[in-house]
Amino acid sequence: MKLIFEMGAPGRGSELIPECRSPYALKTAALREKPLHLPEVSETEISRHYTELVKQAHGVNDGFYPLGSCTMKYNPKVNEEAAALPGFTGIHPLQDADDAQGSLEVLSKMEDMLCEITGMDACTLQPAAGAHGEFTGLLLIKAYHTNRGDRNRTKIIVPDSAHGTNPVSAAMAGFDVVNIASDDHGCVDLDALKKAVGDDTAGLMLTNPNTVGLFDPNIAEITRIVHEAGGLCYYDGANLNAIMGIARPGDMGFDVMHLNLHKTFAAPHGGGGPGSGPVACKDFLAEYLPGIRILTANTLPDAVCASDFGITDQENHYIVSRADRSIGDVRSFCGNFLVIVRSFCYILTLGREGIPEAATGAVLNANYMMHGLKGHYRMAYDRVCMHEFVVTLEQEKQERGVSALDIAKALLDHGIHPPTMYFPLIVHEALMIEPTETESRETLDEAIGIFLDVLKQSEETPDEMSQYPLKAPIRRPDEVAAARKPIVRYFRE
Amino acid sequence: MGSYIPNTASERQQMLEAIGMTSFDDLYTDIPEELRCRKPLSLPSGLSELEVLQKATEISEKNTRFAHIFRGAGSYHHYIPSIVKQVTSKEEFVTAYTPYQAEISQGILQSIFEYQTMICELTGMDVSNASVYDGATAAAEALAMCRDRRRKTVVVSGTVDPKIQSVIKTYCFGSGADLKILPEKDGQTDLAAWEELNGSETACLLIQSPNYYGIMEDCRKIAESVHAAGARLVAYCNPISLALLETPGEFGADIAVGEGQPLGLPMAFGGPYLGFMASTKDLMRRLPGRIVGQTADAKGSRAFVLTLQAREQHIRREKAGSNICSNEALCAMTAAVYLSAMGSRGLKNVADACVTNAHFLLSELEKNGFQ
Repeated sequence: MKLIFEMGAPGRGSELIPECRSPYALKTAALREKPLHLPEVSETEISRHYTELVKQAHGVNDGFYPLGSCTMKYNPKVNEEAAALPGFTGIHPLQDADDAQGSLEVLSKMEDMLCEITGMDACTLQPAAGAHGEFTGLLLIKAYHTNRGDRNRTKIIVPDSAHGTNPVSAAMAGFDVVNIASDDHGCVDLDALKKAVGDDTAGLMLTNPNTVGLFDPNIAEITRIVHEAGGLCYYDGANLNAIMGIARPGDMGFDVMHLNLHKTFAAPHGGGGPGSGPVACKDFLAEYLPGIRILTANTLPDAVCASDFGITDQENHYIVSRADRSIGDVRSFCGNFLVIVRSFCYILTLGREGIPEAATGAVLNANYMMHGLKGHYRMAYDRVCMHEFVVTLEQEKQERGVSALDIAKALLDHGIHPPTMYFPLIVHEALMIEPTETESRETLDEAIGIFLDVLKQSEETPDEMSQYPLKAPIRRPDEVAAARKPIVRYFRE
Repeated sequence: MGSYIPNTASERQQMLEAIGMTSFDDLYTDIPEELRCRKPLSLPSGLSELEVLQKATEISEKNTRFAHIFRGAGSYHHYIPSIVKQVTSKEEFVTAYTPYQAEISQGILQSIFEYQTMICELTGMDVSNASVYDGATAAAEALAMCRDRRRKTVVVSGTVDPKIQSVIKTYCFGSGADLKILPEKDGQTDLAAWEELNGSETACLLIQSPNYYGIMEDCRKIAESVHAAGARLVAYCNPISLALLETPGEFGADIAVGEGQPLGLPMAFGGPYLGFMASTKDLMRRLPGRIVGQTADAKGSRAFVLTLQAREQHIRREKAGSNICSNEALCAMTAAVYLSAMGSRGLKNVADACVTNAHFLLSELEKNGFQ
């Protein structure tokens, strides 16, 4: 299809704001000389262009989306409506606290609810994504050690099953990364951990349930080992959906963590963002948190009298301040506010009953699907899983040259978004499957059938597997050519 | 009051039995008993959709909505055309993941490719990435791009928005980069101070133009001085101003960054926004985040993919230049629809109106005795 630059004609466009009839003449020579080539298109053309594009996109509304580690659950529409309320969208981030009581109430209550769900004491909503949250959390760990004069703690321990962001977030925070191997169950090898910790350990980063979809039963021992060595424990909240309301990272011995509101708390992914990656921590790290701290009449320091702020009724009045030894800011303003509004509404909807129900539903759906595939697909770890599980196509690859990629691409022709491919790195030819709780039993049954059909197809006609998909808007693209001779913008002919 | 689980309680019970379990607790045998929540979370009970929307509306109305907002400083009250909101609320765009599966993600990939082209046009630079979190993080990432083993010092002009400075300071606390703030002189970057300060260790200078005070910097002269010192120039700019002003590409910046919020995104108490980042061709492989490239599919048709991924964290792990793995795709699409709706003529009109209104207000205030 055409690019928007290949549509329209010179002079086309819409009348969107009144014409500035006598523009002020800037007293500078530094004016643009090169003509600006933006599309010159009518509103009809814009509307139809994006309607064509949307036909070539695949959202959660299009069909089953078992993309492991990404928690592609249904995105409730009421949250979109709430995020579009003019009382939220039309507010300037630097409005005085008195004029932004509604926004501050959302932030304050959200912080409280996330602390309760995670078993932590304090929270910042400023980080804009999961990886951004990791970076923030690691800076808290750095600030903690630095402030204690413990400057030799330069190492962050990361298991080899970790998300790729973990090691690079640690590097961005100025730490050296120590990778440790996982044991045969995909969990932390306690001996390896004991050998790795020492007086140079700043902390450990861990996902639990981990990236093979298993809850590490030694978790209390793991956090104890790290703490005894003087390090802190960072929880990567990417997989929190499996255990929210069932168990809490704060109770497992973790000191700081991030959450992904766009995974666990049903905010949409937007084709790659915006997300939101709040960071929650224990009390002793709260003094380092970035961004604004929101105080209510109840949390004001004793020396301050509530009446000083003109508080007359029972309603909370919110004021903003800064943490004493704040690391500063990791983003401008208070974070991706409208994403936070969406997840705030989601938590209000689920409430105390719905949160654990969602977790159990996610784990049930994953186990149901695993059960249906077992005996056909090889499980990387054949035991009760959490919210996701990993299959390996290593044997198929060796025996008949069919790869995880081939299976994934064949699924596209059946309206299923493929699972995550080639992750975690510790499983060869991996497909990581996360159905989420918002899929019905029929969807799972149908998907199981399709997965089995595709596998059968790969046994019968292995040579044909590399041609799929056939029904998608395009065939397989040449990624090598794209990287070798990058064309990253359009040029007029 | 619900968890958006389609299956009824009895269906879930049947599913449990189908996999050979009797109790939901069997799903969680790996979690040690002593680590399980013993009592329900201390949260309110769930609410119906009607109640949630009522509550959200009630809370939103506690904010004061001003008809006119003169407070800029990084977030701007511009008109957002209706087409922008309609297009970007399409469910497939809203609910899709990062376009890893190119075959079914051409719509999103193409929209980013078009966005990248528009950012290149606006900034006059060669290459744009698919966006980062916001303007301030774009600036911090740009400074990180310029550093290497030899040149470790990054310099930021004192006329840059203090909020951006604060984010840069935090990023530098992480990386250990040596950060220097250049003093200002009469509301502009003090070029003499730069010439005194820069040395063989200096990686780059960040300027903002128009700067935090709304004053234009002498960008050409600054670029010359920065390049003479073997350092790189990072220019932070307002995208709407680029319809009128000399582009970073024209005055010789190595990297152009900025806040894309003015391009069709609401102020929304601070986010989500859009950090745009564009660079010269030489720096393309140092850009962080996603980049969409054009290629062909197996049948030879034009196709788009995420490209140059060898830079990124999932391949390079701790050796990657940045940990960023999302972009603000929906916000980037918003900017692209806004720029398409405005067109070159419309965007210049917006820029003219902003400048004219600002000068009108300034002269009226001066007439009334403000200094």
